[in-house]
This record gives sequence, structure tokens and C-alpha cells, in this order.
Amino acid sequence: MNIHFTPDEQAFREEVRAFLKQNLPADLAEKVRLGRRLAKTDHQRWQAILDAQGWYAVNWPVEYGGTGWSVVQKHIFDEECSLAGAPRVVSFGVNMVAPVIMKFGNQVQKEYYLPRILSGEDWWCQGYSEPGAGSDLAGLKTRAEKDGDHYVVNGQKTWTTLGQHANKIFCLVRTDPAAKKQEGISFLLMDMDSPGITVRPIITLDGEHEVNEVFFDNVRVPAENLVGEENKGWTCAKYLLTHERTGQAGIGLSKAALDQLKRIASAETVHGKPLINDPMFRARIAEVEMRLMAVEMSTLRILAATRGGGVPGAESSLLKIQGSEIRQAITNLMRKALGPSALPFLEQELEPEFEGEPLHEDYSAAPASQYFNMRKLSIYGGSNEIQKNIIAKMVLEL
Amino acid sequence: MDFDLNEEQQMLADTVQRLVRNTYSFEQREAFYQSPEGYSPEFWRQLSELGMTSVPIGADYEGFGGGGVENMLVMQELGRALCLEPYLHSQIYGAGLVEQLGSAEQRQRILPRVASGELQLSVADEEAGSHYHPDSLACTAMPCDRGWRLQGSKRVVIGGETAGMILVTARISDTDGVTVFLVDPAADGVLVTGYPCIDGPRACDLTLDGVYVESDDLLGKPGKARAAIAYQRGRAMAAQCAEALGSMEEAFRLTLDYLKTRQQFGTPIGRFQSLQHRMAEMRGELELARSMVILAACVADDPDSDERTRRLAAAKFVVARASQFIAEQSIQLHGGIGMTWEYSLAHHAKRLVMLTHQFGDDDYHQQTFAELMSVA
Repeated sequence: MNIHFTPDEQAFREEVRAFLKQNLPADLAEKVRLGRRLAKTDHQRWQAILDAQGWYAVNWPVEYGGTGWSVVQKHIFDEECSLAGAPRVVSFGVNMVAPVIMKFGNQVQKEYYLPRILSGEDWWCQGYSEPGAGSDLAGLKTRAEKDGDHYVVNGQKTWTTLGQHANKIFCLVRTDPAAKKQEGISFLLMDMDSPGITVRPIITLDGEHEVNEVFFDNVRVPAENLVGEENKGWTCAKYLLTHERTGQAGIGLSKAALDQLKRIASAETVHGKPLINDPMFRARIAEVEMRLMAVEMSTLRILAATRGGGVPGAESSLLKIQGSEIRQAITNLMRKALGPSALPFLEQELEPEFEGEPLHEDYSAAPASQYFNMRKLSIYGGSNEIQKNIIAKMVLEL
Repeated sequence: MDFDLNEEQQMLADTVQRLVRNTYSFEQREAFYQSPEGYSPEFWRQLSELGMTSVPIGADYEGFGGGGVENMLVMQELGRALCLEPYLHSQIYGAGLVEQLGSAEQRQRILPRVASGELQLSVADEEAGSHYHPDSLACTAMPCDRGWRLQGSKRVVIGGETAGMILVTARISDTDGVTVFLVDPAADGVLVTGYPCIDGPRACDLTLDGVYVESDDLLGKPGKARAAIAYQRGRAMAAQCAEALGSMEEAFRLTLDYLKTRQQFGTPIGRFQSLQHRMAEMRGELELARSMVILAACVADDPDSDERTRRLAAAKFVVARASQFIAEQSIQLHGGIGMTWEYSLAHHAKRLVMLTHQFGDDDYHQQTFAELMSVA
């Protein structure tokens, strides 16, 4: 029993670090560190750099142009990228729809879609949640009716993250309304510029345009855009959710956030002394750091257990809960660290192109917004309450 | 990175588990608790026969030479059955101090007898005002003809009544250097006041009134024991975290069984979502604790460093928080039956909470971690 990475894994970490040092643009890292919003071009820039290195599709096997990395290598890569301040890779194409196409898609679909994801030609978004289908995802109502060699889609999706940038959407649609809940659902791919699709922004409580509503009004979708069998889409959905949940503990992101919290608490002063030397505040930071250490160890245990190719089971539900709670705790402390300076709502300072003088410190504008934004962590990807239901059912057999 | 046990470790775990299962039912434990020793000398003898008392002792002293992982495996099983024997304080903490501080002669004289289970050690390092800080001592040692005289009092010495030798910490008079003395409990001037602790094991207070200790019975150099005490407390803490894990696992198991069998409103109470979620939260805390127990076991024998201290403090913190949460919630989910002396769950709850009163509680270790925390 030992907790150390192998020499090969350590060498890999050094390689990733050297790559990031060389190739991660400083202005991008700065934006990420300060919690500014990222433009579509920021994401695309970073994706192109990763793609040039062959490190964009970290979850893909080599035959499709992926890295073929082990779960441990992926963890190391993710952690180093987060610590360096690299923009988070937008998952919907490369890490969500791609595994589904690889697993359930036909040859034509694989050959058409996968290279376009790799090259950045396609930007995917996810059409899962609906106004009436959140935690109860299988209650979705968006209809797809067969009409010759097309499906005609009517309905509405919501919480579609970065849908405003996307040219493609993968959707769960109901193809058999008579069947039992989970059994009449299909997995369908669509072009966002299809006639009848309308995207409407949802502005979240922090003023950000991150999510959207997507409306479908008699949208004609070629039948060949169906992935897997008709009415078997729930299988794809569940498969995708296991991928979505893996790595959701977000250890790297929490570590990066903790670093930033310590920077802020060192720069802020109370009675002329750094806030981080205030015993009460310092103890609160210590608490989250210790808990983060425990969640990291749990993550490593799951990695070690799945190293041979296994899929993490319901344990990943625990990590999702614990990881999200820790990140929320860190953003809570970051906001508190600012004191009254957390109050000004300076949206212009958060914009990707902001280059002016900040009203207060360069780090002051984001934390309160981020704190509110991060409430999403315990809601999305299966709310933390849903995760507890899963644990009760699958692990505890209650 | 490897979280699997090797064959030898698996055998060790199986051996302790089997012995504990056969010997230490809850009813038997209650009888051991009521006995004069407050534990089972017979069980201690069995531990010794199977070589279990020798696990933490170095191979040079007729020990098994086990490390943090081996200690973890033994302590987890002892914790699962709420064993009352002073294994941790004698075989791990006490023996560790002798091994680290003692001269070659002292080690050869003492450790083989400890490894065989013949001699029990006990550590007297807490006082009225020490409050988990082993440096904060009022007990003093005055040099005298060919030896030392100890003056002061010690509190809550676990296993002190049955120990053949007590390791007493004291300040050399007029200095703040800490020293460990080997004290014979039967020596003149030693007054032992024994009592049971609320979680089961027995302990005692010591009054030391001019107790004479020969020069040969001072461990290490006078006034230089501070670092060794801190280091050995770290090893003991790691092992104690494993003990808590064993107890948490058992409390969790009992509670889960109860939720599946107890019927109210015409259905097992485990069908109710508020209880399911509480149980899921307990499972979450249990897994975090398990992760930190493994981390602690893996770093317990590392050379002394801030990183080791930080990790051990974090382990104790996370395990203490989990222990208290699981203790309180297990009682709550059981309802009235969880409050009764006759049901083992209540004793797990007591043990889990009271373990945090040794080697520092969650607040103590949060402070330790905060002081040593690296700042960007």
C-alpha cells in the first residue's frame, strides 16, 4: 500500500507542467485566475493549442485520435491544467457526445462527427433538461415524430450551457409517447441552424449569459441523425451521465480556487495585518483544505480501483456531493475575504475584453459573482439530493 | 499509488479479525469491562500467541517490524469490537517512545518483553493543564544522587493500572526541556488512582511524590524528548484513526441493518427519504475518514516533516469530525434503543466521541494545521 505516483506518472506530470509553462497564454491564465468570463474565442484558442499537441481528446482511445491516457494520467493532466489556470475544456462535444457516438453510433456517424469534434469545427451543446424535466429527466416531453426519412421535433429544452456558441445539439427526445417513461426516449443529433430552432438566453443571478432555452418548432431532422436504436436513448443517456459524473469532484479546480483564496486572504488586510493571519479566518481555510485533502484521497482511491478499465460505480455520487460542497465552501470564503469590497457589481470588469483599471483590486470583482454562480454545482449533473437517492438505492440498498 | 494489501497484510488482517470475532462478542466485552482488570488478560494472551502483540515492535527486538499499514489493520479490527486492551498505548505509543528514545541497552531490556505481551507499557503525558499539548508540563524532575526525583501529577493514563512500566513525561527543573522517565508503578511515592473511562477502557491518575528514578531509566538525553513525543503521538494518532474507522464501520452497519428491519407507519423506516439521505451523508463521512486513515497509515513512519505533521493533523481532524457525526446520527436513527446500555451501538457512539479526547480533538488539529498551512 502506498500513496505515491509512480516515477512514470511523476515524469508525465513534469511533461504536462513543461507544456503548460510553454504553451498556456499568460493572458488566458490571468483571466481564469481572476474569475473573468471567457469568450468563445478564448475557448477556441486553448482548444487549438491542445489539439496541436494531441492533448485535446484526453478521454478518447488512440484509434480515434485521442491520447489513450490512463485514468491516473487524465487526473494528473486535469489537475495541472487547473493549477496553471488553463480554461476548462467545454465538455459537451469531446467528453460527452463523443463517447456516446463511439459506443452507440454507426460507422458513418463516427467518421463524420468525431474528426469535426477534434478539429473544433463543431461546438456541441446538450439538450437534456426541460422545464418539466429536471431531476426527473425521464419525464421529458420534447416529441420527435417519424415522417418519412425525417423526425419532426417539437418542444423545449432548457439550461443549455453555452448553447449560444453551438452549431450542434444532442437531444433526448420522446419517440414513443405510449411507452413507459424511460422506454420511449431516443438520442438525436441536430444542427442548431435547422429551421424552427430558436435559442433564448437565460441570464443567471450573477448577470452571466451561460445558459439558454432552446425551442423546437417543427424542426425536421434526418432520421440518420439517430444514435443507437429508436426508443433506446435512455441507455445512451445513462452512459453519458456516468461520464459526466467522473471527475466531477473537481479536485484540480478546488485546489486552484484554494490557491486564489490564499492569495486574496494574504493581500487583504485587517488591522494592518494580512487577513490570512487572522486566527478565525485562517482556521476556516484550514478546514476546507483538510477536507479537500480527504476528497482528493478518495478520488485517488477510485482512480486506483478503476485503473484496470473499470467504471466508477455509485461512489462517484459521493465524490460529486463532496467535491461540489468543497468548491462552494471555498467560493464562500473568497467572497467573505473581500469584506465590503465584495459588494460592487462590476460586470464590465468581468468581461473577457476588460483591460481598464479595476475599481478596487484586480481580484475583487469576481468572487461574489462566482459564489452565486457556484450554487449550480450542487444542482446540475444530478442534484446532490438525487446523488443521495442513488447512494441510498445502489450502495445502501434501502 | 496502490491501495491493495499484500498477501502478508491480508493474512494479518484475517488473523486479527478471526480472533476478535471469536473472542469479543459484545456480551463478552461487557464481562471483561466488569472484571478487575477491566479487559481480558486471556485475549491479551491470545494476541500474544498469534504474534499480534509484536506487530508494531521492530524486528531487532523480537518484533514483527510492522509499519503504519500493519498497525492500521490491527487497530481497525480492535476498534470494530470495541476492545478494551491497552494495545495502542502500550504496543504502539509506549513501545514507539522506547524504540526512538531509548539506548541500545534499554531497547534490548524492554522491547522483547513488550513484543511478547509479557510487559505492558503506559504513557503518562497529560496533566491538569496540558490539554493535549505534551510540552505543557508542571511535573518536574530534580537531579539527585545517581538519578532523579519526580514531583507532580498525571491524568488519564490509559492502561496505567495494569502496566508494568509507565513512561512519565516531566520537565527538568528550571528548564522547559521535556524528558521521558521509565517509572515502576510500584515504586515508593507513586499513588495510582484507577477508574473506568466513559467509553470502556480503564485509566488512572498518578501522583508522584519525590519518586526516585535511576539514571538508567531516563529515555534519551535529559530535556530532549519533545520531538520524539510529537513524532510518536503522530504514529499513535494514525493507529487510533484506524481504530475509529473500525468502530464507525460497525456503527454504520448496525444502523443500516436497523433501518431495513425497524417498521413504523407500516414500512421499514429506511424507506423514508430523510433517513436515506442522512445515511448517505454518513456513508460520505465514513469514506472520507477511510481515505484519511489510509493516508495517515502511509505517512505515519515517514521522517519527521511539516508535511507529515499536516497530513496527520488533517487525518485526525477529518476522522474526529466523521466519528462524532456518525456517533450522533447512529443514535438518532436508532431512536430510543440507541440510548440503552444493553445495545452495542451506544458503546460505539461513546467510543467514537471519546477517542477525540486523546491526542487532540478536531479543534486542536485544525489549529495545528492552520499554523503549518502553506500560504500562497
